[in-house]
Parts: sequence; C-alpha cells; structure tokens
Amino acid sequence: MVMGYSLGELSSIFAMQAFAGLILFSVFLLMALGLAIIFGQMGVINMAHGEFMILGAYMTYLTSHGFQTYLPGAYAIYFFVAMAIAFIASGAIGLAVEWLLIRHLYVRPLDTLLATWGLSLIMQQAFRSIFGAREVGVQLPDWMMGALSVTDVIEVQINGLFVMALTLIITGIVALLLFRSTWGLQVRAVVTNRTMSGAVGIDTRRIDRLTFGLGCGIAGIAGSAFTMIGSTGPTAGQLYIVDTFLVVVFGGAQSLLGTVASALTISQSQSTLEFFLSGSMAKVLTLLIVIGLLMLRPQGLFALKVRR
Amino acid sequence: MSAAATNNRNLELIGFALIALLIMVVLPLALDIFRLNLIGKYLTYAFVAVGLVLCWGYTGILSLGQGVFFGLGGYCMAMFLKLEASSAANTKIQSTPGIPDFMDWNQLTELPFFWVPFNSLPFALIAVIVVPAVVAFILGAAMFKRRVGGVYFAIITQALAAVMTILIIGRQGYTGGINGITDLRTLLGWDIRTDGAKYILYFVCCILLLGSMLLARFVLSSKLGRILVAIRDKEDRVRFSGYSVGDFKIFIFCLASAIAAVGGAMFTLQVGFMSPSFVGIVPSIEMVIFAAVGGRHSLVGAVIGTLLVNWAKTAFSESFPELWLFAMGGLFIAVALAFPRGLAGIFTDQVLPYIEKLWSRNRRGQDGVVVPNPAPAE
Repeated sequence: MVMGYSLGELSSIFAMQAFAGLILFSVFLLMALGLAIIFGQMGVINMAHGEFMILGAYMTYLTSHGFQTYLPGAYAIYFFVAMAIAFIASGAIGLAVEWLLIRHLYVRPLDTLLATWGLSLIMQQAFRSIFGAREVGVQLPDWMMGALSVTDVIEVQINGLFVMALTLIITGIVALLLFRSTWGLQVRAVVTNRTMSGAVGIDTRRIDRLTFGLGCGIAGIAGSAFTMIGSTGPTAGQLYIVDTFLVVVFGGAQSLLGTVASALTISQSQSTLEFFLSGSMAKVLTLLIVIGLLMLRPQGLFALKVRR
Repeated sequence: MSAAATNNRNLELIGFALIALLIMVVLPLALDIFRLNLIGKYLTYAFVAVGLVLCWGYTGILSLGQGVFFGLGGYCMAMFLKLEASSAANTKIQSTPGIPDFMDWNQLTELPFFWVPFNSLPFALIAVIVVPAVVAFILGAAMFKRRVGGVYFAIITQALAAVMTILIIGRQGYTGGINGITDLRTLLGWDIRTDGAKYILYFVCCILLLGSMLLARFVLSSKLGRILVAIRDKEDRVRFSGYSVGDFKIFIFCLASAIAAVGGAMFTLQVGFMSPSFVGIVPSIEMVIFAAVGGRHSLVGAVIGTLLVNWAKTAFSESFPELWLFAMGGLFIAVALAFPRGLAGIFTDQVLPYIEKLWSRNRRGQDGVVVPNPAPAE
C-alpha cells in the first residue's frame, strides 16, 4: 500500500496517466518537430509557431463545416482532407513570412524573436476578428468516438490513439525526409556548417525557406490533430509555446531523436506528477526540473557535436 | 576621448535634463491627477526598460522574464501594505482576524511563515531590492557560469516567467491568486489613495527613475561599461583576455533586476494593487518592446519609448480596441526589421545630422569658416 492505494490500483493509475501523458506527448512532439528543424537549422526562434498551429486548427474547423454542409456522406474522411489543407495553408503562410520577414533577420537571431512575437499578436487578433473570441470545436466522425477498454479500469480513447498514430507517422515522415531526401541531406549540411555548405554549391537561402515553410506546415498538421482532443481559440497557441520551446531546447536543438526523447520526458513527468499534485504545481515542478537539467547540460540531451 | 564621444556624452546629458523637465514639471502641470497617475504607472515600466538597456542593449543578454523581477518587487511591497490593511480591527468579520482576506477565503488560519517578516517596513523595503537580486543571482550564476547565453537564456527566462505566474495563480491561499493582492490602503498610516498621496508618490517615482538612470549612466560610462560592450560584441575575446565574463553578466543582470523591482514596488504604491497579470510572459515581452522602440542603446530613449508605447496603447485601446494588437504587432516587426536602434537611433542618424548641418551653416555665415560635420555619434 502506497498513499492509500493498492499496488494494482497504482499501476492502473500510472497506466491511465501515462496514456494521458502520451496524448500530451503527441501535441508537444508535433509542435516541437516544426520548431526544432527551424531553430536547429537557422537559429530562428519562431514565437508565432503556436499561431501557425492554430491556423491549422481553424482550417480543420472550416473543412469540417464544409463537409457537414456539402458532403455529409464523406464526413468520415474529412480529417485527412483537413490535414492536407492545414499543411498547405500554414506552409504557404510560413513561406511568405520567411520571404517577407525572417530572411532579413538571420544575422540578428534575438530580433527574430521580437518580430515573430509581433507576428503572433497580429495573427491572434486576425483569428479573433475572423472567427470570434469564443473557442470552437469540431464534431468528430463516428469512428473516432468512444473508448477501448483494455482492462475494467483502464480505458483508452480512440481519438487519442488516432492522434498518437498520426504523430508517429508524421515523425517517421520527417525522419525519412531528413535522412533520405536531398533536401534532408542539404539541411544536415547547413546545420553542420553553413559557410561550407554554401561553398559546395548548396543554395542555403532556398533551404532556409523550404525548412521554414515545412516547419510551419507541420505546425498546421499539429493544429489539425489538436482539434481532435481539444477546442480551438485565438490564443490557444500561446499556451503551448513555452512548453514547446523547452522541449526543443531540452532535447538539443539539432537532434530529431532528442526532440522525441525530451517531449516524452516532459509530457510523462507532467502527467504523472499531475495525479499526485495539483495541475499547476505539476507544471511548475516539471518546468523547474527542465530548467535545472538544462543548467547541467546547456546544449540539451542530444547535442550535435560540431567543431566550430 | 574623441570628439564624437564627448558630443555623445553632452547629448545624453541634454536628453536626461529634458526628460527630467518633462516628467517633473511639464506633465504634472499639464495633466489632471488621474492622467498623471497613469503616467506614473508607465514610468514604473520605464524602470524595467532602463534595466533592459543595461543588460540587453549594452551586454547583449536578452531576458524575457523581467516581469518576474518587476512582480517580485511589487509583491514584496504589496505584502507589507496588505498586512497593514489587514489589522485585526479591520478584519474582525473574518473567521481568523488579522490575516489578509484572501487567506481567510482559502481557509488558512495563520499567517504563512514567509509573510511574517513583511510586518516590518524596513524589511519589506530591503526585500524589494534583495529578493529579486537574489533570484537573478541564482539564475545568472547557474546560466552564465555554464555559458548559457543568447537565445537559450531568453527561453529559460521566459519559462521562469511562466513558472512564476502559474505559481502565483495556483497557490492562491498564499499569494492572492489571479486577482493578486488588492485593497491596499495605507503606508504606515498614511493613506495612499488620496490625490495628495498620489502626487507625492508620482514625484518619488520620478526621482527614483532619474536616480536609476544616473546609476545606469554611471555604470555604463565606467570601465565596467566598456567591458560590458565588449562582451556584447565579442564575448570570446573578452574571455580570452582574462576577464571573467560570467561574473560581469551576473552583476549586470542582478542590477537590471533590482532596478526593475524598484519599478514594481512603485507600481504597487501608485496603482494600489499587484497581480500576476504584470508578471507573466506577455507583460515581460511588452517591457522588452518598450526598450526596443525607444532604443535599446539609450537610457533616455528607453524611457521615452515606454511612455510613447503605453500612451499609444491607452489611446488605441480606448478608441479602437480591435486595432491595438495589430498596431502593437506591426510595431514589433517594424522595430526589429527597420529600426533596430529604435527612436534614439532615428534621432542620432537622421535628426541630429540635420541639426548639425543647420548649425554649421550658421557658423559659416558668421565667420566664413567651413566646420566639417563631426562623425555621427555611435
């Protein structure tokens, strides 16, 4: 007996909290993926990343409404269409932002922080003007509702499972792109040594733009997935941005594996602590632990060893 | 010292005198007490901006958590005022008289231990400076000694701002929660809510701000200031020259935090409450933008920037609340893209050469000697 719970009960509690943590992990990871490749490659802090995610969420919301009105028969598959639309919308706006804003600021990374914060304010207010200040939600297709009972005390929601599967697939695709495509090869070259990459003929500016667009596009997909498990408001993106930054920094900015590992650590510790402490204290404790660990390993868990 | 540097020094003095004239004479004469109190509130943010000029503009440490220090200073002051307002006589309807009302609502039956020393004003006044400085020291020592800097430091300070807000809101029995510490009345029996008290507090705030600016000026014009600039521009070279870069960074970060905290304490006194909405991520970033708009390399510019941005914010949000965020966002982007040196930069690059041209034309008219333009002040 520990704290008045039997061992069996405790293990179920841990299993349930671990599952809740896995959903949080999925959101963190989907958001952090885009951020990590942008930050890792360009050193640009995209404070508007959360807003790109919310853009994806609103696109999903619009698509679901479109399907409900015009194609109610095909509602079961609307999500896949919505995801593509969210990716394209966020990615396209990301490309435009890179061209208009970010590329002028590569030499002053701290200023990108201010500029993208400004961008996030503008996007938030735009969302509020267009979609209203109230939170909106989408109706899940029938097959995504309900829960699977693993044992009589442990239940897992299907939408949660779906989001997790989606996260794994997206992470896999990003890993494939990074390690098997020409773009990925060039990205890795630029991360390692920008000047030399330029010298051997890689168009680093083009790679930067593609990376930024892709990162924002992934944020759009994250937003799409986000609608499966929560409602969307104009400022919802800001709630996650600090956690996501910590995930990226904690994992080691240039490492995909590090991002996955740190997203898992942070989300699991937060949701496990949440059961024993109040939600706010769990968050405080998690953030403090991460800050403490970062002092021990300033470059993050999986630092890329590069001679500069 | 070169002619340009002397010129620059004189210019700063003139700017300082103009600021003093503006906030000590012009504004009190021109505005009613309600508006003046509002200006006083803006001036408390200017403390933070002055601190940011020190640590961001001159040393290159961008802290996105200055609201934490502003808040710590403000909360230390508020705790004393709240205890004075919660005397046993004032709170006899509570189930536990003599403790602040929000504690009573949260079923606390005695004063938490860390509140007890705040019964004394000298302790509270010392705490206003010392508590934030100690927090800054711990954070700085942990970060700068490990050579964590730049973007990483910015993100970590931002996380600290998040922690602080969550903590204050989550522990409402000890901190007053989301409403903050409200209903503050007297300072040692002197009612701070009257118009007369507001005038006095406004002038105290002005004098402290001018004092902080002079202190900052003193630090920056000393040899220490030269090292700080060197750290900003080429940290490794300073380190290889034998300086302990970490110690300098810790010092300036603590100083900036203590100045911000004084602002927080003056905020509490003038506005009459303190709440987590002045502590978190958003206010912290807004404070950075005040300094950026005014000019991150100019103390005078930072104060002017704070006043202008806040004045614009009030004016905009009174008449077009929808547009304010667009305007603010646009301002961020414009400053980052086009005017990295802010209003002060525009002044020294654009306005000053023009004035000098007029001046030299005048001189030539008098004695026929062409005076070459001095090099633009940097």
